Amino acid sequence: MTTSNATIPVQHGMAEHSHGAGVPVQTRSERLRSANVADFAPISRREEQYRYVTSEQLAGLDADSLDEYMGDISIKHPEGVTTAWVGSDHPSFGGAGLPEDRPSAAAWGSAEQAYLVTIPGDATAECEVQIGINSDSDSPSALHMIIEAKPFARGTVILDHKGAAVLGENVEIIVGDEADITVISIQDWDTASVHNSAQFAKLGRNSKLRHLVVSLGGKTVRVSTSAEFTQPGGDVELLGMYFADAGQFLENRLYVDHAVPNCKSRVTYKGALQGEKAHTVWVGDVLIRMAAEGTDTYELNRNLLLTEGARADSVPNLEIETGKIEGAGHASASGRFDDEQLFYLQARGINEREARRLVVRGFLNEIIQKIGNEEIESRLSASIEAELERSGS
Amino acid sequence: MAILQIKNLHVTVETEQGTKEILKGVDLTIHSGESHAIMGPNGSGKSTLAYTIAGHPKYTVTEGEILLDGEDVLDMSVDERARAGLFLAMQYPVEIPGVSVSNFLRTAKTAISGEAPALRTWIKDVRGAMDALKMDNTFTERNVNEGFSGGEKKRHEILQLELLKPKFAVLDETDSGLDVDALKIVSEGVNRAKEANDFGLLLITHYTRILKYIKPDFVHVFVAGKIAEQGGPELADRLEAEGYDRYVKA
Repeated sequence: MTTSNATIPVQHGMAEHSHGAGVPVQTRSERLRSANVADFAPISRREEQYRYVTSEQLAGLDADSLDEYMGDISIKHPEGVTTAWVGSDHPSFGGAGLPEDRPSAAAWGSAEQAYLVTIPGDATAECEVQIGINSDSDSPSALHMIIEAKPFARGTVILDHKGAAVLGENVEIIVGDEADITVISIQDWDTASVHNSAQFAKLGRNSKLRHLVVSLGGKTVRVSTSAEFTQPGGDVELLGMYFADAGQFLENRLYVDHAVPNCKSRVTYKGALQGEKAHTVWVGDVLIRMAAEGTDTYELNRNLLLTEGARADSVPNLEIETGKIEGAGHASASGRFDDEQLFYLQARGINEREARRLVVRGFLNEIIQKIGNEEIESRLSASIEAELERSGS
Repeated sequence: MAILQIKNLHVTVETEQGTKEILKGVDLTIHSGESHAIMGPNGSGKSTLAYTIAGHPKYTVTEGEILLDGEDVLDMSVDERARAGLFLAMQYPVEIPGVSVSNFLRTAKTAISGEAPALRTWIKDVRGAMDALKMDNTFTERNVNEGFSGGEKKRHEILQLELLKPKFAVLDETDSGLDVDALKIVSEGVNRAKEANDFGLLLITHYTRILKYIKPDFVHVFVAGKIAEQGGPELADRLEAEGYDRYVKA
């Protein structure tokens, strides 16, 4: 696949940019973190975080304060899992991280309570929690969720975002020692919806997190996912899949912080774009700190541009402070739809429309197949079918 | 009885040096059940003929016509041609990541027949054809052409020939890159498919060795974009002995 219509990967720190009050941040670890929105300057293109998104696109989610989310939240979970609304004085509140940009901080300060879902230590792999965020309002609001997997817990949590919304969201994922969980965040909003979601994961000793972001519907959907290892032996797999139609802006920002030895991370994001001004952004930051010996990391982003007029930005940043690692690599490529694939399929009698669908489905399948849960796989396949149907490809 | 007619076919291709004429008036008629070998040196336009019949967008027909049972093939899209009964076994089939062979074969069969094949007989047909081509059962779970060896790619092409049952098959240098064992297996597959479905065969090759296994009724020598000489199987024997020098120098 040839690289086209994509930005050339730029090593962080080498491109011209500035942070905060004109003080250049040399490493990813020095970026400002704060729960206080006042600490963050207004959104400006000069800041790395807002290089691609404008204040206008965020539709008020970067304001000083937002209303609390009052929409519907539905939950389905097996016995043993508990849910509760908790205040910011709860020990788990802020347990996985702090905002790194203005919209996230605005939501943080505006949500006085967080919805806490606790998966007990004796939960098995079959434990599946479904959380539906079914919004029906276009005024900017804030939601704070905390998913806490106790030590040794197993299970899957699905966050399903639907409806009309202008939502600023923070999702904290606390993965206890030896826990092994999957978190899936699906953004299947109505076409006019705007969503800024910051998802923070903190991993304990020998714990494992599989995290999947699926962005399909919504006018502006911006998901920033960060993972921080606190103890050795952690393993994180960050997966993503997105499909942007005409006029849609879908951004994914990743940050994996290898601060301790012998942890593993894999980042794999794939996106398809179609139509005039379909725009996707993928920024993958991986930091391997001095102490993180034995780190094993690889990040990959691939974009498939189906038509003219679509734009995919893809920027991997790998920052390495120690040479004593297992491996570190990244790959990024954005390519046009391959006419030779089309010819091959058509030469076997398959019409152009069906051939395109087959190729797109195949391209995104790689992500779906990594979930390892048939029910969720078939559900996501169906979502992609609906997306392909909607985009008329 | 079907008939494929190629009349005075002229084809150009865009190159960096501008428009270049590759085919300069090709005339060829193939009936069901016949085997035609097209032989010629590199760059003579053999593959261009194959891809023009299939409808590859890279090639522009400037003059002449291709008729399938009197229907204008040049007026059809690539997939319409395939559904009308034309098949091209490609020399360099492309990878299609994430699409399994089994899904691909079923989708193609459904497209060609206009309805999904009955599952039980279909699985039996696929297995049978794969066994005959000495292909492992797990092959269908792999993604189309992804990580296939040269030999696997060619077997996969012939597997499709057997399953899709075209009226006319064009084999573009199917023998290239195969060792003798694989060449035999692939050739047997072609002969088997031809026996079963009685299609007209257009076999494009640079070498004569495949003609030991697939016996042509007619041999056409292709030079500089058209047929320079034609005859029976004995012409292949002469080419084997003398090579193409005589034509190239002329």
